[in-house]
Amino acid sequence: MTTESLTRRFQDKIDQELKIEPKDWMPDAYRKTLIRQISQHAHSEVVGMLPEGNWITRAPSLRRKVALLAKVQDEAGHGLYLYSACETLGIRRETLIEELLSGKAKYSSIFNYPTLTWADIGAIGWLVDGAAIMNQVPLCRCSYGPYARAMVRVCKEESFHQRQGFEILLTLCQGAADQKAMAQDALDRWWWPSLMMFGPSDKDSIHTAQSMRWKIKRFTNDELRQKFIDMTVPQAEVLGLTIPDPELQWDEASGHYHSGPIDWEEFGQVLRGNGPCNAERLEARQRAHQEGTWVREAAQAYAAKQIEESKKVG
Amino acid sequence: MQSEWPLWEVFIRPKNGLHHIHAGSLHAADAAMAIQNARDVYTRRNEGVSLWVVESVHLHASDPDDADMLFEPAKDKIYRHPTFYDLPDEVKHM
Repeated sequence: MTTESLTRRFQDKIDQELKIEPKDWMPDAYRKTLIRQISQHAHSEVVGMLPEGNWITRAPSLRRKVALLAKVQDEAGHGLYLYSACETLGIRRETLIEELLSGKAKYSSIFNYPTLTWADIGAIGWLVDGAAIMNQVPLCRCSYGPYARAMVRVCKEESFHQRQGFEILLTLCQGAADQKAMAQDALDRWWWPSLMMFGPSDKDSIHTAQSMRWKIKRFTNDELRQKFIDMTVPQAEVLGLTIPDPELQWDEASGHYHSGPIDWEEFGQVLRGNGPCNAERLEARQRAHQEGTWVREAAQAYAAKQIEESKKVG
Repeated sequence: MQSEWPLWEVFIRPKNGLHHIHAGSLHAADAAMAIQNARDVYTRRNEGVSLWVVESVHLHASDPDDADMLFEPAKDKIYRHPTFYDLPDEVKHM
């Protein structure tokens, strides 16, 4: 069959909402797009452990500590599910890790911001996980089977992440004036980077149109961002916090909140490696990989020895 | 010459989008025959769209006697579930 007719059959399947599985024929560009997106997603889960890990030993109570530990543990697992889904596309895990460690691969720009106070842990759960869930729920219906299935698992497990973050902020907001100020400060710093998580605006997004045709994406960046704003503003009111956007107001005509412009220059700078923590995050991953070398080698040596032993017995 | 054909475990994907699910096992001389026989035995009523066969000796299972030790620790981690966190009614859909 010609590539042209294969491509037509492929698109027909997608149009009929049929899933694509690893051994099915797929265009190279579809495979490449998925490898890029799923690996970036996996890297984000892994790097995403760093800002929160920063507060595990300093959590203010045992309740907060076990919750944060469980959340960071989940993120490690989610990285694994995603790397595995990515490997079904014929790329090796080692290659993906090398691309992260060399700085070639991207991960979500949000994790290049520092967690300065305990309230930041609340803000990450509420806003960053809230935005991630907004992105991930439609991905459960993605056209590529292994990615969609990984997302179902991730979404199910993450259902507590946002709630634990909101609970942290609610507690602070109901506490002393200093505590509420700390929560407001965290919202001030995390609000705009959270909106940037949805990626460039539709007019500047080079991948959106094709990804929508392939049903990898179900909504555009701007649509998801708007949904997130509409959902989050009333939640900020429950907390009694002010969203740091002077232009933010309810627009009766559209039925959505109107919000001010995003500083895309900042987004670009962070993506290019000039965010507050880019170097620190990459360095932490490189160090972890390097310091884990002997563990990987020891496990292999032990496995080889077990095989030798069983041969002797057999 | 092996006197017995090896045992193979059969997994069926009911339709694209779903995982392969274990269906049973059969004996076959090699993988191609195992797939052929799995098709004949396990998918006579439109059970699926894809088959996996794995030689049973390659499946490693946890010991049933270890089940408590392995899975009990997850039982008291109620903070891994959303209901553990108290939220006001206004944000209950979070």
